[in-house]
Amino acid sequence: MKQKIWKWASLLPLSLVLLLSGCSENMLVMRPKGPVAKTQYDLILWSIGFMLLIIVVVFVLFTVVLIRYREKPGMENYEPEEEGNTLLEIVWTAIPILIVTALAIPTVKATFALEKPTKEKVEPITIHVTAANWKWIFSYPDQNIETVNYVNIPVDVPVKFKLTSVGPMNSFWVPQLGGQKYAMDGMETELFLEADEPGSYMGRSANFSGEGFTHMEFEVVAQTQKEFNKWVKEAQSTAPKLSETKYETILKPGLVGRMTFSNTHLEWIDHSKQNSHHAGEADEQARLCNPLEGNGIVVE
Amino acid sequence: MKWSEFFVTGEPLIYAADVAIVLTVIGIVFVLTYFKKWKWLWDEWLTTVDHKKIGVMYIISAVLMLFRGGVDALLMRAQLTAPNMKFLNSEHYNEIFTTHGTIMILFMAMPFIIGLMNIVVPLQIGARDVAYPYLNALSFWLFFVGAMLFNISFVIGGSPNAGWTSYFPLAGNEFSPGVGNNYYAVALQISGIGTLMTGINFLVTILKMRAPGMTLMRMPMFTWTILITCVLIIFAFPVLTVALALMTFDRLFDTQFFTMANGGMSMLWANLFWIWGHPEVYIVILPSFGIFSEVVSTFARKRLFGYKAMVYSIVGIAFLSFIVWVHHFFTMGAGAAVNSVFSITTMAIAVPTGVKIFNWLFTLRKGKIRFTTAMLWSLAFIPNFVIGGVTGVMLAMAAADYQYHNSYFLIAHFHYVLIAGTVFACFAGLHYWYPKMFGHILNERLGKWTFWLFMIGFNICFFPMYFLGLMGMTRRMYTYSEGLGWTPLNVVASVGAVLMGIGFIVLCYNIYYSARYGERDMTGDPWDGRTLEWATSSPVAHYNFAITPEVKDLDAYWEMKKSGKGFEIDEEKLKPIHMPSNSGRPFLISIAFFFAGFGLVFKWFWLAIIATIFIALGLILRSFDDDDGYYISVDEIKRTERLSGKGA
Repeated sequence: MKQKIWKWASLLPLSLVLLLSGCSENMLVMRPKGPVAKTQYDLILWSIGFMLLIIVVVFVLFTVVLIRYREKPGMENYEPEEEGNTLLEIVWTAIPILIVTALAIPTVKATFALEKPTKEKVEPITIHVTAANWKWIFSYPDQNIETVNYVNIPVDVPVKFKLTSVGPMNSFWVPQLGGQKYAMDGMETELFLEADEPGSYMGRSANFSGEGFTHMEFEVVAQTQKEFNKWVKEAQSTAPKLSETKYETILKPGLVGRMTFSNTHLEWIDHSKQNSHHAGEADEQARLCNPLEGNGIVVE
Repeated sequence: MKWSEFFVTGEPLIYAADVAIVLTVIGIVFVLTYFKKWKWLWDEWLTTVDHKKIGVMYIISAVLMLFRGGVDALLMRAQLTAPNMKFLNSEHYNEIFTTHGTIMILFMAMPFIIGLMNIVVPLQIGARDVAYPYLNALSFWLFFVGAMLFNISFVIGGSPNAGWTSYFPLAGNEFSPGVGNNYYAVALQISGIGTLMTGINFLVTILKMRAPGMTLMRMPMFTWTILITCVLIIFAFPVLTVALALMTFDRLFDTQFFTMANGGMSMLWANLFWIWGHPEVYIVILPSFGIFSEVVSTFARKRLFGYKAMVYSIVGIAFLSFIVWVHHFFTMGAGAAVNSVFSITTMAIAVPTGVKIFNWLFTLRKGKIRFTTAMLWSLAFIPNFVIGGVTGVMLAMAAADYQYHNSYFLIAHFHYVLIAGTVFACFAGLHYWYPKMFGHILNERLGKWTFWLFMIGFNICFFPMYFLGLMGMTRRMYTYSEGLGWTPLNVVASVGAVLMGIGFIVLCYNIYYSARYGERDMTGDPWDGRTLEWATSSPVAHYNFAITPEVKDLDAYWEMKKSGKGFEIDEEKLKPIHMPSNSGRPFLISIAFFFAGFGLVFKWFWLAIIATIFIALGLILRSFDDDDGYYISVDEIKRTERLSGKGA
């Protein structure tokens, strides 16, 4: 009876494999669609190799030791004594050092590489990203377009995202295009990403920023250069102008849908250059998002 | 302020909690009055300065907080089991993950570890109490009122909701106007003072009060880890104290240290928090390593393999723990050079940790392994912690971390190290030293049930989270939509959480069952132990050792047993023992701290000022206190020793 249970229990890990193969479609980090994500994917695979090796070695040793040296009848007079073994200890200090070195070198290389544009020959397109409670605002200074909660980019062109925030810190993350970076009030951080396949990619805030944080998602639409140009033209000619008052209403805490404008808020304010709030406004803002006064989430 | 703002309203769960709290208080008062136990409570517990009783109170508080933090966890799992659940709304969920994190780290893991060290360290070094018993009582009560202050937030005023990391500007007045985050700042401050004093107390105790012959390199491994932990506490906690003080100023007096206006710098908070926060995780993990070392060596019946290397590696880990804090925000854009440096220092921690893992494995090798409950927890630690450790190295690789940061991959990692490390160690230590605390053994059968339920549940709960992270699920999301494909793994995780909950219930039942029917430990040495605590009777006499033992070797008691003598008490050599007197003042001062804290939370400064006057009064009275303690007579020692069967 007991053995039967173990037989079935041993199948449990298998069920995990089955479950995961069903989910692997959704494993965004492991399905890179651009050079940045690919660099990180390679680094992750490289590290997983070493980690599996360590796990296998430790688990095998562990199992062998437990089976071999469990207390058995007839061991009454066995008095094990052993203090240590300098040679062995040097070995298992040296091996982790080697492994860490093998991981550190590509890590440092990749970390430096990710700070630079993904391509040298192609001029990057610049997009300002402003995180605000709880939406993402994208400004194209060269194309003079502003979008909310979605961003169109051309494929095979490096995109230089200049990140900032109005209010709490958020983190700009598009798993399939590459790792994240923080967007902070009064600061500007830069993140290079690039898509090499047209498609729609999920992006979201990865840093908790309050009540509406969970819904702080955006879509990255990667298009061929031709389609992108077409979209730019269309937006420039058909989208409404963004006014300062309209912009103020967008910034108010709450959720909004997608929007497109044919100018950018950079005309009158760049949040990365200044603290977004002054003492007086802060009080106003505080009242607006006071959870004691009704529920803060406004859907427009 | 209106009453409707003072009390949290509007949630059926909260009303249920209100009722439960009132009923519990009435129940406790009734039981104490009916059985005429008030005096007993005051004399034996509230005023005690005995390190063993203080340790027991720490552990009871920790188990209570484990319950609270665990309920928080189960509520979160319930909400995340299915997509678009309406069980908790965003605000409620935010409060729950904030209190879960804060409580589990500061009010569960810390006091559990500190409780065990209170009970064990003086016994292991052959001392009769800690260096400053009065201060020790004050430490405990400050921790306790800090924890209580933090806990009442969910029925009075509202809980903090900016995450246990409490990042600014979110945690500032502008975005978190309620009193919730005041609770965070003030309650952590009060209990933090207690922790800092514990660090000082045990550092002095270990350095100055070891039995004759116990050189530093003959100290039991647990004591070694506590010594290093005390150093970590002394260097790390002042940073928290300062950070929380600045936070309190920002929130109560509108200063601008971390805000967005007038030159405030929110990144400063993140740095200060993690300069404390990273050593903090080693403060809870190093003692765990100590516990595993003791248990593994006892039940493998072997001396710890590579004792010296173990000591050097904890010192190395402790040193490294102060120069890795930036890895908590590689994504802040500090630049490739900074990230690379911190990446390498972080990965370097894997080296001493790896050394320890192999030394434990080789302690087991050639041993005679007995699978007691305490040993099961310690053995399970090794594979589980290795999984947490290697994923930690993966997170340490800055460029790759950009993809893991703040995702469920991170959640899985730190639960693997904190649960498989600290929580397993607390359970191992609890089973192992339980006879020393209460004189009976925790039932092994129930203990093994707890172990298997909890350990399997833990893996089912947290292993899938690695994959959820790679799927793009970020921490602190209160819900998710169906199309993302996260549902199956979330269901699995919730099942695991329930198993862990059942394991906890079995543990609580075990405590009750063993108190009634458990096997009494008449020998004082139920596990055939190696260190000095097993030379005492179970439960330990008030004065610990009738005669101060002499230490000739590492594993002092083992050596005594091998030489055939054991720990003999020669009645001729008994002398009256000097002990410190009980005092109610630490308790009363801490109550004043509670009211001062409560006043600050609500900006009722009159209350804070009055309470502070009482605190000052308590300190002044202490300064004029000339109670030098008392002596236990030789006759009484003889009687006690004969009763416990230890005397000749």
